[in-house]
Amino acid sequence: MDKLFTAAKSRAVPNTSRRDFLKVSAATGGGLVIGFNLSLGNKLALAQAAPAPNLNQPNAFLRIALDGTVTVQVKHLEFGQGVMTSLPMLLAEELECDWTKIRAELAPAAPVYAHSSFGMQITGGSSSVSNSWEQLRAVGAMARTMLVTAAANRWKVAAGQCRAANGMVTGPGGKKAGYGELAEEAAKLPTPEKVVLQSAKDFTIIGKPTRRIDAPAKVNGTARFGLDLTAKQIPNLHTAVVAHPPIFGARAVKFNADKVNGIPGITHVVQLDSGIAVVAKSFWAAKVGRDALQIEWDLEPGSKADSVAMSNNYRQTARTPGLVAKKGNPDLLKGAAKTLVAEFEMPYLAHAAMEPLSCTVSVSGDKCELWVGSQLQTLDVLAAAKAADVPPANVKLNTMLAGGGFGRRTNLSSDYVVEAVAIAKRVGVPVKMVWTREDDMKAGSYRPMYVHRIEAGLDASNKISAWNHTVVGQSLVAGTPFEQAFVKDGIDGSSMEGIVDTPYDIPNLHATLHTTKIGVPVLFWRSVGHSHTAYAMETAMDDLAQLAGQDPVAFRRVYLGKHPKVLKTLNLAAEKAGWASALPKGRARGVAVHESFGSVVAHVVEVSMDKGELKLHRIVSAIDCGLAVNPLTVAAQVESSAVYGMSAALYGKITLKDGVVEQSNFHNYPLLRMAEMPKVEVYIVPGGETPTGVGEPGLPPIAPAISNAIFALTGKRLRTLPFDLASLKA
Amino acid sequence: MILITVNGERISTNVDPSTPLLWFLRDNLQLTGTKYGCGMALCGACTVHVNGEPTRSCSTPISAVVGKKVTTIEVVGKSAVGKKVQDAWIAEDVVQCGYCQSGQIMAAAALLTKNKVPSDADIDAAMSGNVCRCGTYNRVRAAIKVAAGLKPAASVKPAGAPAAARKSVKA
Repeated sequence: MDKLFTAAKSRAVPNTSRRDFLKVSAATGGGLVIGFNLSLGNKLALAQAAPAPNLNQPNAFLRIALDGTVTVQVKHLEFGQGVMTSLPMLLAEELECDWTKIRAELAPAAPVYAHSSFGMQITGGSSSVSNSWEQLRAVGAMARTMLVTAAANRWKVAAGQCRAANGMVTGPGGKKAGYGELAEEAAKLPTPEKVVLQSAKDFTIIGKPTRRIDAPAKVNGTARFGLDLTAKQIPNLHTAVVAHPPIFGARAVKFNADKVNGIPGITHVVQLDSGIAVVAKSFWAAKVGRDALQIEWDLEPGSKADSVAMSNNYRQTARTPGLVAKKGNPDLLKGAAKTLVAEFEMPYLAHAAMEPLSCTVSVSGDKCELWVGSQLQTLDVLAAAKAADVPPANVKLNTMLAGGGFGRRTNLSSDYVVEAVAIAKRVGVPVKMVWTREDDMKAGSYRPMYVHRIEAGLDASNKISAWNHTVVGQSLVAGTPFEQAFVKDGIDGSSMEGIVDTPYDIPNLHATLHTTKIGVPVLFWRSVGHSHTAYAMETAMDDLAQLAGQDPVAFRRVYLGKHPKVLKTLNLAAEKAGWASALPKGRARGVAVHESFGSVVAHVVEVSMDKGELKLHRIVSAIDCGLAVNPLTVAAQVESSAVYGMSAALYGKITLKDGVVEQSNFHNYPLLRMAEMPKVEVYIVPGGETPTGVGEPGLPPIAPAISNAIFALTGKRLRTLPFDLASLKA
Repeated sequence: MILITVNGERISTNVDPSTPLLWFLRDNLQLTGTKYGCGMALCGACTVHVNGEPTRSCSTPISAVVGKKVTTIEVVGKSAVGKKVQDAWIAEDVVQCGYCQSGQIMAAAALLTKNKVPSDADIDAAMSGNVCRCGTYNRVRAAIKVAAGLKPAASVKPAGAPAAARKSVKA
């Protein structure tokens, strides 16, 4: 995922001087609306099936109302990462407006909102800010230029005699006009041929800590998430709850709804490809009805995947070479002075966002309208069109706030969207389909289970001489629309990212992949391949440091000569954590550093054992994310990724027995809680001219940093996730 | 017929008495600020006040609140403590996705109503039933301390200094 975004980006930087870069139109009810008309050279085939951009509302990035309020359409999903603040910051920097007049709205699905590098409307790869970097600043500059021209025309002076500042254009002789007053006249002007963007040294908004625009609505209960739609917004809205098969791939043979039909409020019971849906006037009635269904399942076609058997099988497979992803010379291991052999196992993981999945649909005639917190609107629209049997152009998707997503809403199969559309089409009334927590957790689309095996050697001078790395696991994209872009010569790049492109200068790095086929649905999970590869890489580096008798930070530095950004980040974390300083007895530190999504994060973690219980005391983090657009968000996202990674490292595990997912809710899929939370300090490496990823890069290095601290404290090396905390008590 | 008071309003209803309070609030009263997270009182997203006590509405049948006063996130800001908590939440830039925050704020407001000077251990005890998947815990803790007057709010300069500060200004 990471690489794909990076590669795409280098090919398609918007040309800000193009005549047709922006299209302008008058807003309904007055004001100025600016939208893009930017054709991209590298669209995926799917995106081309979508209708041509309509440059009237809502396909606009910016709307200036007559009262001077500036509304920014945010083309990416807001699900915690702060795009409703950081994206308007980019635009506002150039617009010279009053920041307090900025409002943010989530953009609906439309081709005009495609990711600037990816040709689809998608929120992923920690790229929301970086792909909007030129685009939204250009929109702001265009609008500013037009407002100034409008004022100059009105005053019959040269535009050069006017200037824009703080939402106001001023001219000679004390002339003044607010943006709101000028908006209508500006909308009639031709698009500027080119705009010149502010240089970084003059930024007054970008780079300044800025509180979130979406906070007030999220502290008083008025923020509306996908689950919060009611009959007030969508008349006659019903709620559906679905009985899903107990194992993946099973199907309902028959069902008995006798006990359901007497329940007040229930309106429909319908059989779907994916299960049996109960539709009612309220969630509770639908849920009680769903639970009262008697269903006979045909388990025969279903998956009998079993975690214990898979573990044995994967570990055996890892002892044999797979398809070569990076070629080195593994034979050189034979001559090593010292050798490390390490086998790692990482489990399936659920996304377990706080808001269980839902999708609201109204199908009427040949039209279909959706309300859903989507990370991948383009595919969800196409899937909904197919399920509703309407043309894609007749599907309207309203993007809702999402209570987390972490990749689950980058829904390559559009499973819950298709299910909701199927129900709405069948019952003929608008339906909000709600997955209970148990449905959400058992529905799959997990981070896959992986086994890694590393054999690495040190030469007589304690330098790494060879590294043979084998990965076993499912492909995230096999059989999906992303397969063509992600899989090259049989290698799913997302399985190997973080290994084949490691910044460490490791001689004879030989990396191979076994892609398994298991009937358990898998999907992107926060930080994608890095979520497992960093654990293997960074604990192995720690092992090798120990084998070499060297300090873990000093050992890493030796291999980072070609990657000053990584080195600088590692050094900053080490310095701020007081790496060289002594700790109280009973405490130890661990370090890990990893590059992903164009950024680097290093964590230093301090741990102790108290009566056999692991305690995390302090995390010191450094991040190099290029230009930090909103330092408050950057710090929040590093903390957030660390917590997400801590939950996974300490507790996260989805297991299957005879095909049945054994976890169902937070009692058997525990998450980190307040009392376990260590102090976190985040330091941002200064400088950088353009922004790189922020939402994910803090995650990959947290588990190895904790593991390395545990090793420093106890001498026990944990190579299976989640940590076997009981083993530390012995 | 069930009689309860929600946000100061007396309400009579004939819903099934076993209906969880959460779904009565969300579906019948359309008070959607109170969130569904787990349905088993494991995550705290559905926290409301029942006679001032923090209560997991997902696991509280409406029959259990007959004659009691229910307060939700929609009106908690009308109390002095609730307002302080909400203001502190904004000052500390606590929220991320925001989905758990109604419950966090209700739990924090209940804590500070009873305990004006909570220790870290008090905060842990009161807040550990509220899960946040975005990992806002340290900011939640800081905001509770700000609301309690135990620490000053983080200072953030407003974005957008006067344009005169720019070294170069373009039309």
